[in-house]
Amino acid sequence: MSTDAKPAPRDDLRDRVLRGFALGDKSFRIVTQTCAVTVLLLLGGVIVSLVEGAAPALRQFGFGFLTSSAWNPVTENFGAAPAIYGTLVTSFIALAIAVPIGLGIAVFLTELCPYALRRPIGIAVELLAGIPSIIYGIWGMFILAPFLQEHVQPAIIAAFANVPYLNQIFSGPPYGIGIATAGLILAIMILPLISSISRDVFNTVPPVLKEAAFGIGCTRWEVVRRIVAPYTGVGLVGGIMLALGRALGETMAVTFVIGNAHKIMPSILGPGTTISATIANEFTEADGKLYTSSLVALGLVLFVITFIVLSVSRLLLMRIEQKGAR
Amino acid sequence: MAAVQSSRPLAARLQATRKTRSGIIMVLCIVAAALGLIALALILGALLWSGFSSLSPAVFTQMTPPPGSSGGLLNAIFGSLVMTSFGVLLGAPLGLFAGTYMAEYGHGSKLTLVVRFINDILLSAPSIVIGLFVYEIAVVPLGHFSALAGSLALALLVVPVVVRTTEDMLNLVPGPLREAASALGLPRWLVIRFVAYKAARAGLITGLLLAVARVSGETAPLLFTALNNQFWSTDLNKPMASLPVVIFQFAMSPYKEWQQLAWVGALLITLAVLALSITARILGAQRTSQ
Repeated sequence: MSTDAKPAPRDDLRDRVLRGFALGDKSFRIVTQTCAVTVLLLLGGVIVSLVEGAAPALRQFGFGFLTSSAWNPVTENFGAAPAIYGTLVTSFIALAIAVPIGLGIAVFLTELCPYALRRPIGIAVELLAGIPSIIYGIWGMFILAPFLQEHVQPAIIAAFANVPYLNQIFSGPPYGIGIATAGLILAIMILPLISSISRDVFNTVPPVLKEAAFGIGCTRWEVVRRIVAPYTGVGLVGGIMLALGRALGETMAVTFVIGNAHKIMPSILGPGTTISATIANEFTEADGKLYTSSLVALGLVLFVITFIVLSVSRLLLMRIEQKGAR
Repeated sequence: MAAVQSSRPLAARLQATRKTRSGIIMVLCIVAAALGLIALALILGALLWSGFSSLSPAVFTQMTPPPGSSGGLLNAIFGSLVMTSFGVLLGAPLGLFAGTYMAEYGHGSKLTLVVRFINDILLSAPSIVIGLFVYEIAVVPLGHFSALAGSLALALLVVPVVVRTTEDMLNLVPGPLREAASALGLPRWLVIRFVAYKAARAGLITGLLLAVARVSGETAPLLFTALNNQFWSTDLNKPMASLPVVIFQFAMSPYKEWQQLAWVGALLITLAVLALSITARILGAQRTSQ
């Protein structure tokens, strides 16, 4: 360590080793703490850079940006309403389809499925939750959209043709791609997520509670409805919000099948756009400061929406975790 | 049963309806499970069918072709490997140290609580927003798209996954192990290095594999950071092709050859992700069985 050749006295050596220990400990602590703070700064950095990038567009259009449905790169007039509408509607359709089916799968896995099959099916569902979203996207474009266009949408349009209001929502022509198709793809994509979270949440219910309910003669449905659901309610909502956050921000599964039309159409079968699809499709082609800035502003809107949804979801899930730990 | 029914018909009827209702709903649950599994099986089936039918050695030896001719995906596979590796090299140490702080030094502290909350949000934040962030901090100042910016974007997606698993895994290491090491006179940081990391090793590797699986299929953050490159490129300062972006571009195109290559690329990514997740799962299972 030191350069002088004389052997150091024993006490001196001990001191030096101890000091080395203390120094090492201190520096390691500082390094790890810095990294932890860096994670915080990352989120701050994301927000600051988005606000900065979005500033020119927000200055130009003000709050009207959120409500305007103009999208004209030539005259440089931009509004976020169609993209926000598409994002919300596709996510809503996805939840409307995936929540009942996902909860059904979770009930099946925790109550009905034979024990030998629980683990394999559970693992399969978890593996599917990890499949990249672009896979769902190209399947939607090449296989689901043509199928819907030929076989399903004409039937739906015909069935609702004479029903007031509904004939507006389901009006033709059948494009195949569009808001409804994007919602369906999103539903399939978040299904494994919803099922695996709800299954984990259902598993936090103490068996004694369920056994007691069965013991006084409750049917299986009554146990799920009266015991499992109230016990896990908060966690379930948290899980669903988490899936909603995923659906809102999803890009690749949607971009292929949304149709990329900056219009709010009454029919959900028609093409539309979402925030993420607009950014993915147009960002590299955007020329002009205002165009780019408007796209970043869209990103900011998306970030704010998902931030709120995810925060609520985490707070709710934290509550069920504490319950499980007790 | 019959005697009960005749003496208390109302109660029996009530019980029958309750049983029927329960039965109907349980059947619906089974139908839901079947529907979900069928939908997912259809997707995997289509992927395997279309992917394997165009899979050939040329995919691994030739570059991405110009429109209307055949070729392979070599430069895209290479680009994905390079950017994923650099992303993990950049992001994993940061995540590891941050997770270490949260589990070891700052256990239960206010900073840990806040970081955990923010980290969980980053974990599910839209990846396209991360792409926009990296565009603002790495592409705009340099003035051009680059593989480096792509790696940075992927690194930002690796961090939250690694932070989460590191903290969870270190929290599973029993306290007495650390106390025993401290009693021998080891300072805290050597306890962490030689005892806690060693005990949690399988879990830490699992987290790393999951992070790789997560980023290897990411498309959105690469679209406007690494962009794409039709040719072979090893220059980190230039745009670089990657499998997901090539799939995106080729699938959207009207050319038959490109669309087939998109399916092959999708198949390769899915197989890679499944292999990574299954390995992670086996490692995790070994840890719990020990």
